[in-house]
Amino acid sequence: MGPMLLSVRKVTKNFPVARGVLGRPTAFVKAVDNVSLDIEPGQIVGVVGESGCGKSTLGRCVVGLHTPTQGAVLWDGHDLSQMNVQERREVQRRFQMVFQNPFASLNPRQKVKEVLFEPLDVHGLIEPKERLGYVTELLRKVGLFADDLNKYPHEFSGGQRQRIGLARALAGQPGLIVLDEPVSSLDVSVQASILNLLAQLNREQRISYLFISHDLQVVGYLSEKVLVMYLGRMVEEGNTDQVLRTPRHPYTQILLSSSRGNKVTVKGEPPSPVQTPSGCAFHPRCPYAEKRCQEEKQELAQGGQDWKVACWKWDRL
Amino acid sequence: MAPLLSIENLKVVLKDFGKNQTGIILRGINLVLNEGERLALVGESGCGKSMTALSVLNLLPQPPMEILSGEIRFKDKDLTRLRGEGWREIRGKEIGIVFQEPLTSLNPVIRVGEQIAEMIRNHSNISESTAQEKVLSLLNEVGLPDPERIARQYPHQLSGGMCQRVMIAMAISCGPSLLIADEPTTALDVTVQTQILDLLFQMTEQHRLAVLFITHDLRIVRNHADRVAILYAGQVVEEGRPDEIFSHPQHPYTEGLLEALPEFSHKGRPLFNIKGLVPSPFEKITGCCFASRCPRAKENCLLEEPELFEKSRGQWVRCFYPSGR
Repeated sequence: MGPMLLSVRKVTKNFPVARGVLGRPTAFVKAVDNVSLDIEPGQIVGVVGESGCGKSTLGRCVVGLHTPTQGAVLWDGHDLSQMNVQERREVQRRFQMVFQNPFASLNPRQKVKEVLFEPLDVHGLIEPKERLGYVTELLRKVGLFADDLNKYPHEFSGGQRQRIGLARALAGQPGLIVLDEPVSSLDVSVQASILNLLAQLNREQRISYLFISHDLQVVGYLSEKVLVMYLGRMVEEGNTDQVLRTPRHPYTQILLSSSRGNKVTVKGEPPSPVQTPSGCAFHPRCPYAEKRCQEEKQELAQGGQDWKVACWKWDRL
Repeated sequence: MAPLLSIENLKVVLKDFGKNQTGIILRGINLVLNEGERLALVGESGCGKSMTALSVLNLLPQPPMEILSGEIRFKDKDLTRLRGEGWREIRGKEIGIVFQEPLTSLNPVIRVGEQIAEMIRNHSNISESTAQEKVLSLLNEVGLPDPERIARQYPHQLSGGMCQRVMIAMAISCGPSLLIADEPTTALDVTVQTQILDLLFQMTEQHRLAVLFITHDLRIVRNHADRVAILYAGQVVEEGRPDEIFSHPQHPYTEGLLEALPEFSHKGRPLFNIKGLVPSPFEKITGCCFASRCPRAKENCLLEEPELFEKSRGQWVRCFYPSGR
């Protein structure tokens, strides 16, 4: 088997939150703590968690917008941190991102045409005289029209802007797109059409996604594998069918039942990531917590084939 | 028994003075809320659900919006005729409010305890110390640990969920008989969302409050409402018990919404796509508002406007061709 399209190896990302007299950081928040994942060509992997769990930071590390503090991100088997600017630019077009807020991620002063020409300029793709035809085709692919090329972002609705963002990501014929909450600001009916489009692009062009969302149902609908994060750590990872049918980690169970609108028994709110609780980060809120949970940090352990969980009690819950 | 709140044929328009146009925001809303009942208004953005609530509270942005016609009866008063001082007896006292963004609805420079106390003292004649005691018992009631400490905090020192608990404490502080909750959990995390919902409905049950609950999320309505009204383009298109609506939706829009929900169990099948867009308030519509997007539309749908009628016991639908299942 060849190298993975994307490998994330034990990535940790710290951000300084306080600085001393000399400007040296004195306190850190561990936004992402020792996360690993692999994505094969054509695969959709979902990342789920609440705000502050590090899912967006992970996504940004994957496309190179953040440099991991520890660990490595590998594109086609090559370490991102070992590449020089030239090499990096060549592969960057294949690793793209679509952001959550379609109102903030498009330059309000750029026409759609300019938005879509930019990646072609940067990567030197497509002969100038063929560009217009190329971007028109891109727009058609995402469900917009040739007339839209000369419009400005404010002339579009939220869903249409998200399509433009997607067209921009598709311009360099990517292998992987990181989708950071691409549908969470959209209405249900618009959300459905974007999800259908994403599924279709994945099917027809074998584009992989790292699909980041707080909604377990959306992730479950689209992805083949899911990764559940809590306070920067992975708490459960595996095949979507398995994780959503028989979630083992108490946190996944709670996420799942609240995503169905059921009553849940969970205490409190996610604590600040600056002061993560001792032992298992979830123990103060966990309905099954025992003394051992406070003391021992839970590592991700094999629970079954293609499926890992970070809870020592998983088989007794 | 007369209902607690009844909205009859409420029409709200939006005036665009620049273009000299008038847009329609609500095209005749009819809703009835009995004492102690929990009614959910559900719809996508722009369907008029928040505007309905704001009309009840006389908080519509006027101008550009304006109530064109209709009646809003609360107990024995017609709220559309109420002016000035009369509102002090209603807003905050008889009708409590919880808004979507807890952090922007609280005053950032006043301690939360004082904000609740101010509310209580404005609406009743009690001493400062009794008000303080009441604040602490309210904070305790909404499940905030260490009420004395919390009361001294500023909103930015509290998390979103805690702020929303403070908002709920404030909303119930003057013993209202109706609570309006406008997307109270949308800005919160999933696990906190359910806690706040549980609290909200537990409080309303204990205090025998009626709730007008506004949300875009169909899933949370399923277990928490006595009745659901689905809004589209400023009209109620379907109304009924949530279990009936979820298992036998009658209106094509409701059906579409339910089938468009991404769920794990739908994996691999394309989601239902309601074609087209929600009409803008300035669009002229003849016939049924949903006709241009409806898979079942026939000729008469484009010409005549359907009336809301009782399809089966307690389930109302505004459609010539309800699914009939």
